[in-house]
Amino acid sequence: MIRAALKSLLGRKVRLLMSTFAIVLGVAFVVGTLVFSDTLNRSFTALFASTVGDVVVAPEDAQTALGQSTKTIPAPLVAQLAELPGAARADGNVTAQGVYVLDPEGDVVGGSGPPGLGASYSDAPAAGGPGLQLVEGRAPQGSGEVVLDERTAERAEVGVGDPVLVQVPEGRPAQQRAQVVGLLGFPDGGSLNGATYVAWDTPTAQALFLGGQDAFTDAWVTARDGVSQTALADQARAVVPDGVEVQTGDDAADEQASQLLEAIGFLTTFLLIFAGIALVVGSFLVVNTFSMLVAQRSRELALLRALGASKRQVVRSVQVEALVLGAIGATLGIGLGVLLAVGLKALFASLGLDLTGQDLVYRPRTFVAAYAIGVLVTMAAAYLPARRTSRIAPVQAMRDDVALPESSLRRRFVLGLVLAVLGGGAMALGLGVAGDVPRAGWWIGGGILAVLLGVTAMSPVLAAPLLGLARAAYARAYGPVGNLAGQNSLRNPRRTAATASALMIGLTLACAMAIIGSSAKASVDQTVEDNFVGDYVVRGTGFGAFFNASVADQVAAVPGVREVVRQRFQLVDLDGDTEAVSALDPTRVGVFGLRTVAGDLGTLADRTVIVSADWADDGGYAVGEELRADPPSGEERWRIVGTYEDNPLVGDVVTTLATFEAGGYEPVDASLTVVADPGAGDLEEQLEQAVDNPTVVVNDQAEFAAEQREPINRFVYIIYALLGLALLIAVMGIVNTLALSVVERTREVGLLRAIGLTRGQLRWMITLESVVIAVLGAVLGVVLGVGFGLAMMAAVREQGLEVVDVPAGQLVVFLVLGVVIGVVAAVLPARRAARLDVLRAIATE
Amino acid sequence: MSAPVTPAPDRAVAARVSGLTKTYGRGEAVVRALDDVTLDLYAGEFTAIMGPSGSGKSTLMHVCAALDRPDAGDVVVGERSIGRLKDKELTVLRREEIGFVFQSFNLVPTLTARENILLPLAIAGRKPEPDWFETVVSTVGLGDRLSHKPNELSGGQQQRVAVARALMSRPRIVFADEPTGNLDSRSGAEVLELLRASVDDHGQTVVMVTHDPVAAAWTDRVVYLADGRVVEEQRDPDRDAVLQTMDRMARLAEEA
Repeated sequence: MIRAALKSLLGRKVRLLMSTFAIVLGVAFVVGTLVFSDTLNRSFTALFASTVGDVVVAPEDAQTALGQSTKTIPAPLVAQLAELPGAARADGNVTAQGVYVLDPEGDVVGGSGPPGLGASYSDAPAAGGPGLQLVEGRAPQGSGEVVLDERTAERAEVGVGDPVLVQVPEGRPAQQRAQVVGLLGFPDGGSLNGATYVAWDTPTAQALFLGGQDAFTDAWVTARDGVSQTALADQARAVVPDGVEVQTGDDAADEQASQLLEAIGFLTTFLLIFAGIALVVGSFLVVNTFSMLVAQRSRELALLRALGASKRQVVRSVQVEALVLGAIGATLGIGLGVLLAVGLKALFASLGLDLTGQDLVYRPRTFVAAYAIGVLVTMAAAYLPARRTSRIAPVQAMRDDVALPESSLRRRFVLGLVLAVLGGGAMALGLGVAGDVPRAGWWIGGGILAVLLGVTAMSPVLAAPLLGLARAAYARAYGPVGNLAGQNSLRNPRRTAATASALMIGLTLACAMAIIGSSAKASVDQTVEDNFVGDYVVRGTGFGAFFNASVADQVAAVPGVREVVRQRFQLVDLDGDTEAVSALDPTRVGVFGLRTVAGDLGTLADRTVIVSADWADDGGYAVGEELRADPPSGEERWRIVGTYEDNPLVGDVVTTLATFEAGGYEPVDASLTVVADPGAGDLEEQLEQAVDNPTVVVNDQAEFAAEQREPINRFVYIIYALLGLALLIAVMGIVNTLALSVVERTREVGLLRAIGLTRGQLRWMITLESVVIAVLGAVLGVVLGVGFGLAMMAAVREQGLEVVDVPAGQLVVFLVLGVVIGVVAAVLPARRAARLDVLRAIATE
Repeated sequence: MSAPVTPAPDRAVAARVSGLTKTYGRGEAVVRALDDVTLDLYAGEFTAIMGPSGSGKSTLMHVCAALDRPDAGDVVVGERSIGRLKDKELTVLRREEIGFVFQSFNLVPTLTARENILLPLAIAGRKPEPDWFETVVSTVGLGDRLSHKPNELSGGQQQRVAVARALMSRPRIVFADEPTGNLDSRSGAEVLELLRASVDDHGQTVVMVTHDPVAAAWTDRVVYLADGRVVEEQRDPDRDAVLQTMDRMARLAEEA
């Protein structure tokens, strides 16, 4: 019996291939995601293991998200550490951010995304393996020599012996000319993930970043053989003064990595959600394919029953088929998944997360998951069609036309309706209709899934009027061929609907994303429009990229500039919580158009702050109260003198420039707001010349808004790329369904040809059929997508995304895409039908 | 060798078959389905083509009906010679000159009886003549079942719809491939009566492949094929004459 099943499977190679395709794509998605995220993890682990020594000694709170404080550890301490009984050596390091290598065109290598690191060169061994090492050339000596990491050098188009320009944040002169004398790399694989890296010898780095003092931003202590990190750290703790922190390399790496790994965790979850979508879509196709295969074979199965096979044997034979198909699909899916991982690597490289040099990582669990999912999903999807075969009576072997018993559509509709209503309810709860619920995201996500499945279950019934309409329209527009095509799509509504559902799911998500993305962009525009003050804004590129205070003076000197307002940012610990605090010249606060809620904003002075009303409410603060702040120079108390309505430009907490300077923060600006004289014309070019620094950009309002929108665009594009794969599966599903139904209708096709249907008309008929399916999916998808999109926008309304924008143009594009998908999907099946030999087709049983 | 063909001097020729040869397979396995067949099919006549399995009768019909191409020889339907026609031209020829009735009914399951009957005209983009439609439908006797789908009709009714479909476009020739093969004798008789009536009442040319002597007895002329050649023919046959001829042919085959 099993052999009969396998033989019958092999007898249908084409169908076999087509039905595996859905599984292949689903599994490929999972494998691609897992391989990619493992690769990403490995590369980050390698990166961070290579950025710590066995024991790291650094000033407390040296690392802030916005760069480094001016705190250092003195050189004698490093000598002292080297003398520890467990220490083999101790090396002081100087590290700085905002150091960018320039390419021959004078542009910043790596753009504005990833950090630019500048450092002192050291050959101290990293804790986690070789780390970043000299792979070519020699170590730098003196102020005219640097080493770069290989990728940075490649992107700057320089090699050993070439000159290179490096932009230094607050060094004088701002641009350093140097010769590249060596290249650094990860001999055991690893990547800086897009960051750029340049290193000088220690005295030069100290001169550039620490004002020439003989000190270090941190020190690595390397353990002697047999001395553990913990033991060495304990020894070090005994000698370091207060305010200096000792961490084992493992702890330091974990701490540095945790934040990024969290981000990757999100990414992995995100990709796996798409894998899940691909699998849900894929399993629809498997159900569909198996239903059709079983229907086509029902006579054969009835014959087996007539010959004495038991119900169980018949059902099992179908299940064995599913098992084999699942295994084949999973195997092919693994291959495709690896390609997908390569593609994802390239995709993320284009977004600044450069993993070149990091080989793909294959963990055993990836393969286990691939086979488990491939086989389980296929078998689960084949379960219903398999069970239905058991209802084939042996007597049907003797009959000409065998109709498979189908479960009632009404029951299915009711079930779908219940599911959709429950899903809608869950969404409503998640959206906070009845007050806040815990884990709102899960409610909304689960609700969406339930609605999708419910609508899918209802779709044969929902589709009936649409299909009837399509048939009438077709008959009117395309005559008998249109009528035939329309009738064909109505012939088996559940098949048509199931095929359309695959497309529906993809487009639902695409539409929802389009609305969310578009609304987010519109919200950004709105915010910028409401709050953009002045005529130009001057900013450092990249997060936390500050620039020298002298830039403001240069900008102020440009003719036509009336006023330049500096703004600085630091993360400051306020009453134990880290807050982003901005600093302004108190006399210029008016420029930002802050609206007073309480107190007097005009009284902002040193060691006082003004805060947003919301922030004050959340923290339970009132005007007149004091905050405990801990700038680098030591704890202070800052008094709240006023509150204002929320303003994204200044943030929640504002103090004075002098407060920052007295607190020990570097005098570097985060942004400048430039107000031009009325009628001064376009000053952008002059401003750029005055700034004369490729890491600092000048934007007018439109450019500023465009840059704020950019991350949203990228995000939306990534999602589109991923949804594109779901759509691809849907297209394959339509191809599959059409091809199988052409096979199923071979005799009919032969008849139509015999009575005078030309090949062209036949192709046209199948194309029209395909378009009906695709448009049905597209219409359902767009309707659901708009609903979900609006619901989700309602959910985030309170978080600042107030503008809801439905991108009608894009939605129309999706509908048109549906038609295009229909036409494309029909190409192969139509060709196949047109090529059928008329005589043989008629003779087909 | 072709058997002498009795001419029917008062009739025009609807299709002229000359030197028709068709082989299948290659080398050792070559099968000569048609071996230099020359035959005239007369207009307004009901012709049966008979012969044992593998005699080439179905192949002859398929080539005559522009469903298949000959290897050598030609068929002229009306004024058109099908030997050199491309697929598209063959399709048009089928549409305009030929009607079909198949053994297994072959109706489009999604269409009603009426739509099935009108389908060839619709495909060709021709308007049905209402009077002719009425005539055909009343001849076929399906008046109240026209809006039914094929699966709501009995086998005999389906085959009558198929006959009506073949007659609707007033083709030069209607080819029927074992039209009664899947029917019980009463339904079969109804279908044959219908074909007979179309010849007698409307001058339709009908060519039917069959191996049923009872069916052959309804025709004006029986052409016997064996091993791809025309070996015998009878005019105005009855059941017994057909049976005798078949017996004789079977004995000849055994001796050979």
